[in-house]
Amino acid sequence: MPATTLAQKIIGRAAGRSAPSAPSAVAGPVVTPGEVVTARVDLAMIHDSGGPRRVEPILRELGVGLWDRDRVVLISDHFVPGDTEEGAGILALTRAWAAENGVAFHDGEGICHVVLPERGHLAPGMFVVGGDSHSPTGGAFGAYMFGIGATEMAGVLATGEIWLRVPGTILIEWQGRLGPGLMAKDMMLALCGRLGMDGGQYQAVEYTGPAIAALTMQERMTLSNMAAELGAQVGLIAPDRVTAAYIEAAGGQPGAWQGLVTDPGAALAAHHRFDASSLAPQVAAPHSPANAGPACEAGAAVDVAYIGACTGAKYADLAAAAGILQGRRPAPGITLLVAPASRRDQDRAAREGIMGVFEAAGARILPNACGICAGYGADRLEAGITCISSTARNFKGRMGDPSAQVWLGSPLTVAASAVAGRITDPREMMGAA
Amino acid sequence: MGRIFRLGDDIDTDQLAPGRYMRGGIAALAAHCLETVRPDFARIVQPGDILVAGRNFGMGSSREQAAEALRYLGLAGVVALSFAGIFYRNAINLGLPVLTASDVAAVEDGAAATLDPVAGALRLAGGAAIVLDPLPENLRAIIDAGGLVPFLKARFASAATP
Ligand code: SF4
Repeated sequence: MPATTLAQKIIGRAAGRSAPSAPSAVAGPVVTPGEVVTARVDLAMIHDSGGPRRVEPILRELGVGLWDRDRVVLISDHFVPGDTEEGAGILALTRAWAAENGVAFHDGEGICHVVLPERGHLAPGMFVVGGDSHSPTGGAFGAYMFGIGATEMAGVLATGEIWLRVPGTILIEWQGRLGPGLMAKDMMLALCGRLGMDGGQYQAVEYTGPAIAALTMQERMTLSNMAAELGAQVGLIAPDRVTAAYIEAAGGQPGAWQGLVTDPGAALAAHHRFDASSLAPQVAAPHSPANAGPACEAGAAVDVAYIGACTGAKYADLAAAAGILQGRRPAPGITLLVAPASRRDQDRAAREGIMGVFEAAGARILPNACGICAGYGADRLEAGITCISSTARNFKGRMGDPSAQVWLGSPLTVAASAVAGRITDPREMMGAA
Repeated sequence: MGRIFRLGDDIDTDQLAPGRYMRGGIAALAAHCLETVRPDFARIVQPGDILVAGRNFGMGSSREQAAEALRYLGLAGVVALSFAGIFYRNAINLGLPVLTASDVAAVEDGAAATLDPVAGALRLAGGAAIVLDPLPENLRAIIDAGGLVPFLKARFASAATP
């Protein structure tokens, strides 16, 4: 069997190429980068913004229903809590559609990319599409998951199929180990700075190396999530025991994951090597994640510190930020906002005293939803505000007024910056700098 | 016969569908298509004309309007050395022929030509032809139908009448 990449293995299986009856010499998923194949979709995830309100008119035009309601998961997050008239209307439509179509529906339970694996919907080797640009998050579980627009999603919901061009693999290898004060977010901002927002070339990025293996599942999700900012189609991480343990705890079935790796000697589109041990906390200046540089050199004064989004408000992110905020308060005049990425993560954080730390620090706790990251609700950044944010994107005007200045950093950096009132290397508050 | 518009590398979605005109609907948006590289483009382009570009055509955002604007203007298709991934998806799904070629150096701006996506050829008026990589069968079916939605419509209509 030829040496193949993880991406080739999953796509090959989904495209029906891994003929089990073929002689062993040619058995295995032989799809070649550049080739266009049609693949069967194992699962389709949609949310309130790009989901029912956009796909239902197309399904109606086609005159068909869902190809398999058991393979569709709907999650409300972009317009939760429905604090605008438009948002309330969209949520009502979403709920009615869910009831009518009988799909799995997680309503107001958190952000789709976090809720999907948390409820055991993902497993290694699955071929999954999501109606959202951060769908690569699922790659952390060894699933080939990518984002598509509403028209294509309607096609998937009607047929269970989608075409794709088999990507090459860009292997991003992280040697060493993250030091104290460093998080997966710092790795991603560094990568955005080094490779640029089109460095991923719509290929399959795969993260590998000892620094990746040492990360928790939620930290790995941050890496896969921001494969979107690299312009990759997916951000894969080969499954291991950490993956399997997470899925089992979530009530899912990890299945046979052991062979799901990129074989040594498989042809790669590129192979980048980085050292996690020498990385310093990173921030990205307005208005692009690619404007990355060391946090200690930024120095900008901030008005708002935002711990939110699928990228930066999971349990692991909340726990990290609370470590800084324990016994500290934001500098005078600084607004600290915390929007835990899921209700489950918030409940766990509450049990462990983490939410108590935020409350003691005077933080405003926002709903388990996209919130200011999507900028669709009543809470938005006002004109002239400078914000340090644990989210993935700082495009002009995304989180509010176009004059707002958004810096990106890890949850640790956001917490430390809130305390100092200016962008700060969190190691200054950890006795490690 | 259409006319060839020659473009360089890295034509991005903001050049094809400028963000500041996104709210005005596709007709208003298409009127500004490519104006930053060819100010007169939207005014002089005729149905059947062909874009011939370099590497990474359609890079940038995932906005479908980039391909939609070209469809709206009646372009017969785009030939390029390579396409950005999401633009390529959007173009196929909107029924805009997008074809790669390994060499377009011989194609001159303003030349008359016809695009034959089925045979995989760009036929120049003088008789010469540029060889294009053929579209895979599954994508050609979508292009022939005029895009993903019409393709699926036809598929479900024929399934309903056995
Ligand atoms: S939290 Fe932000 S990045 Fe994540 S899905 Fe919501 S809008 Fe997108």
